[in-house]
Amino acid sequence: MTHAEIRAAFLHELIGIAPDLDPATIAGDDHLQDDLDLDSMDILSLVTALHDKLGVDVPEADYPQISSLASAVPYLAGKKS
Amino acid sequence: MDDAKTAKPDPYQGLTPRNGHLNIAHEALDRHVAEGHGAQPAIIWLGKTGARQELTYAELADMSARFANVLTGHGCAKGDRVFALMGRVPELYATALGTLKAGLVFTPLFAAFGPEPIRTRMEIGDATVLVTTGRIYRRKIAAWRDQVPTLKLVLIVGETAPDGCVALGPAMADVSSAFETAKTVPEDPALVHFTSGTTGKPKGALHVHDAVRYHAFSGRHALDLTPGTIYWCTADPGWVTGTSYGIIAPLVNRVTMIVDEAEFDLDRWYGIVASEKVEVWYSAPTAIRMMMRAGAEAAGPHDFSCLRFLASVGEPLNPEAVTWSQEVFGQPFHDNWWQTETGGIMIANCPGDPVKPGSMGKPLPGITAGIVARADDRLKELADGEIGELALRPGWPSMMRTYLHEQARYDKCFVDGWYLSGDLAMRDGDGHFWFVGRADDLIKTSGHLIGPFEVESALLEHDAVAEAGVIGLPDETAGEVVKAYVTLNPGYDPSPPLERALRGHTRKALGPAVAPREIAFRTTLPKTRSGKIMRRLLKARELGLPEGDISTLETDEA
Repeated sequence: MTHAEIRAAFLHELIGIAPDLDPATIAGDDHLQDDLDLDSMDILSLVTALHDKLGVDVPEADYPQISSLASAVPYLAGKKS
Repeated sequence: MDDAKTAKPDPYQGLTPRNGHLNIAHEALDRHVAEGHGAQPAIIWLGKTGARQELTYAELADMSARFANVLTGHGCAKGDRVFALMGRVPELYATALGTLKAGLVFTPLFAAFGPEPIRTRMEIGDATVLVTTGRIYRRKIAAWRDQVPTLKLVLIVGETAPDGCVALGPAMADVSSAFETAKTVPEDPALVHFTSGTTGKPKGALHVHDAVRYHAFSGRHALDLTPGTIYWCTADPGWVTGTSYGIIAPLVNRVTMIVDEAEFDLDRWYGIVASEKVEVWYSAPTAIRMMMRAGAEAAGPHDFSCLRFLASVGEPLNPEAVTWSQEVFGQPFHDNWWQTETGGIMIANCPGDPVKPGSMGKPLPGITAGIVARADDRLKELADGEIGELALRPGWPSMMRTYLHEQARYDKCFVDGWYLSGDLAMRDGDGHFWFVGRADDLIKTSGHLIGPFEVESALLEHDAVAEAGVIGLPDETAGEVVKAYVTLNPGYDPSPPLERALRGHTRKALGPAVAPREIAFRTTLPKTRSGKIMRRLLKARELGLPEGDISTLETDEA
């Protein structure tokens, strides 16, 4: 998968969990919890959704890696390769 | 009758009113400074981005006095209500204690609430002052700020403020750090904590300055808080635990509190316990279960030998979590039980007592608890092993004094000299209490009590929704999660985009902690003859449980 495809997949799952967000206004370095108001249960749901969509396991210790679009895309790309 | 023989010793001695006056902020800060402990750290504050700041008792007393001067400088007077809506920053603690010092009433709100829960609570609580951040103000408050008639001052943390607000930083720098503590008496209002109702609006439970005697006592007895203890309460002060045991009880007992600005992050938390040498840790089942998910390996590299006592509150702690913590931390998490209304810990697995995994423990000294059932408008006490409603004999200092503007709802909590908790429980032969469930439709998710009515009301505000029923479904991490069932107005059809739109709408209005995580479409909802949606039946069917008495069912689900 290309970075663009991973980015699209991540955004798709994120909006599925937090449909109050407008994908057009999410900045790459917006923090999911601090800036976009997700809570810890949302993060767990996102991890499950990413697993189902991309087949990637994100262990608890790596949750900070997916805390923004900018850090999540290269992290998930690394996991996929 | 011989009074000397029948009078029980007062277990809450230690803090006594002076000349009839008692003030929580004085007991929490100024008393320690006067006794020569001003240089002891009161708060070790850990910022999201790695900052670490120590605030001594003298410094926190100084900030609180300045905050009190800011309030009175703006014409605020005894009895006015100060609402706090912000993350865990040092100003939050100065706001709480400065408000109490000035004799005003403090109400914390959870910063992740959406605009609707915030506004409802400020209206019920007759908010005079709001202390918040510029970001929260612009996103959640500005649009309706002028519609809360009692609100006369908005203080913004930091150096600048939007139009019509006052920046707190310069305001505090400009005033004196000397403030004579208000001469509050024990029964003067001090705190209002909001809690959810099954029907109707949230309830504002009022607590008085006398509560501090019970905070002091229960902090010592149930949490082993002693002077100098390094203590970390992970609860946000937006909830009652984070105020009673995240501000008042620890400071009154002169501990050094860890305050972490960030949300749960496994490595960060383990790192904090080890590097700050936390001795007493008070957390919640959802966080503990998140630690368990990561496995014992994640805890492996950390040195937890500093830990002396672990406690948990918010919802029942499952036995597996107790045994797991014994293995990983060398200490079991000690579950305890109390409510917004009780103001302090009522039933606990106390330090030194053997823990029965899964039990909430035994009543604290001076607290009488029973398991009761209603019988013809009277209550009867049930025998050990029987399931009934958990009830308490009122009279301890931190008990609520009323629900604001809701005397009838307050009165309904008391029957036959018992306070009815709304929780179902049973007591075993050893006197340990065991949580069974809620007696009503309230939902316990991640330690928060959510009223289905508030969620249903938000759903009904959406044009597509005709009816809504909201329940809690069991969840291995959060305890319960909120699920909604809706019927649609003509012109709307069930679809995944509509489901997302409804969730988006409720998240915006209520915030993620309160909004439903899942919404199901129905053609009709099960209702009684009087048109009341039978949430109990929705839940029984979702879980495949017996449907129980359905004699009042008029319209069935489809």
